Amino acid sequence: MSSPKYWREVPQRFRLEAARCKTCGATHYPPRLVCPGCRGREFELVTLPRQGTLESFTVVRVASSAFVDQAPYAIGIVRLEGGVKMLTQVVDCEPEDLQVGMPVRLEFRRISEEGRAGIICYGHKAVPA
Amino acid sequence: MAREVAIIGVGLSPWGELWDKSLRDLFVEAALNAIADAAVDHIDSMYVGCMSSGLFVGQEHLASLLSDYLGMGPIPAARVESACASGGLAMRCGFLEVASGMSDVVLVGGVEKMTDVGTDEATAALSTAADQEHEVFYGVTFPALYAMMARAHMRQYGTTREQLAQVAVKNHRHGALNPHAQFRHQITVEDVLASVMVADPLRVLDCSPITDGAAAVVMCSLETARKVCKKPIVKIAGIGHATDTIALHSREDLTFLRSASLAAERALKMANRTPEDIQLIELHDCFTIAELLVLESMGFVPKGKAGEATASGLTALGGKLPVNPSGGLKAKGHPVGATGVAQIVEVVQQLRGEAGDRQVEGARLGLTQNMGGTGGSSLVHILEVV
Repeated sequence: MSSPKYWREVPQRFRLEAARCKTCGATHYPPRLVCPGCRGREFELVTLPRQGTLESFTVVRVASSAFVDQAPYAIGIVRLEGGVKMLTQVVDCEPEDLQVGMPVRLEFRRISEEGRAGIICYGHKAVPA
Repeated sequence: MAREVAIIGVGLSPWGELWDKSLRDLFVEAALNAIADAAVDHIDSMYVGCMSSGLFVGQEHLASLLSDYLGMGPIPAARVESACASGGLAMRCGFLEVASGMSDVVLVGGVEKMTDVGTDEATAALSTAADQEHEVFYGVTFPALYAMMARAHMRQYGTTREQLAQVAVKNHRHGALNPHAQFRHQITVEDVLASVMVADPLRVLDCSPITDGAAAVVMCSLETARKVCKKPIVKIAGIGHATDTIALHSREDLTFLRSASLAAERALKMANRTPEDIQLIELHDCFTIAELLVLESMGFVPKGKAGEATASGLTALGGKLPVNPSGGLKAKGHPVGATGVAQIVEVVQQLRGEAGDRQVEGARLGLTQNMGGTGGSSLVHILEVV
């Protein structure tokens, strides 16, 4: 991954910055330039809540090249308080303990590494709340 | 539409793990078969659907390369991409070019050469059809995305693990009747449930395979077809195309494919038909759960009932609505860019009465549904023998 590509996503990935549409109030994560609901183009930056529930999940056993070393690992879709959803890994628990609807919270974690000379990628993962 | 459009030739290359065949040779073989079937001596223009020749074989600028190797002269040629719906999108482009009157005879092909890379590289290449920054960044794969859709469907509607397996069992049973299928062996529900777990609850026998292959059709105006075509003429009666968010988590309901729903609605409206009129369907069963979601989203069975419908035999050959008589992506194979065109090839053969042991008797109206990613794009075609 190139440095600029990683760097420009930092506000969303590290600080969970989202955009709330000033016209209709919908919150978008990641931020967008146009609200798909009302086509509004004025937004205010908001920070996503870290609490949510697990809407669905799976355990990845056959991973793509960058994640082969981590398999098996759990991935889920998290519905955060307020309704915004995101996809991320679910960690700090055994896969068999995962349940749809269980409360989770987002924590800042290492996501992947690109070997000795590459970027170490950080972001948020879900853990049981 | 200015002109009605007919399909007068269809062709496939061999499909499978074909280490001795290159992308260009696969495409040329399918195209030559379609041109021979159409018995035309030239084509005016060409579209190629291909998802990722760049990642699979390191080749872009594909349309010019393939028109050169096809030997049809310096014709206009364009490659189009919509992930696994690239073939379906190429069909739509070819249709528009003939319907508009810009060209008379158009070749539409689809191709993917997937086995020059290993499984983890292929998984990575396919995952470019998902959102790179907000899905793939966290290590998601396509089986994982469909697994989450499957879990949501099982929870919302009580769909069982066995019902999912029955989709694969049915499509392998069909594929066993298709001389062109990558897998021609039957499997049982027990085989599926004992196969290796890929992303819970989906196992390897829930997944379509990695396939090398190509498909092609020749289309022209219906008026020209009536003059030159010696076989039953198959007309494109309806086309529907729709898009959706490519990020699965951005959708309110993980079990509803809005793009498939809208594409089907638009195609049926254009053809002035209802779901009850359709006699067979080739749809995008990239995973067993996908067949259920697509059938429900297109309105062919009520929401949540496709698992039961499959178990009851509704969608099997001999049932009221045969789905994937070719064996589907599961058994026939899934060279991603070729799939949307190959679905058309199958329905044309069915409507002409050329489908051999897997023939749907008396079929006059068939539908194809081709899908990109987790439903970020869908194309539906309705074909009718005239």
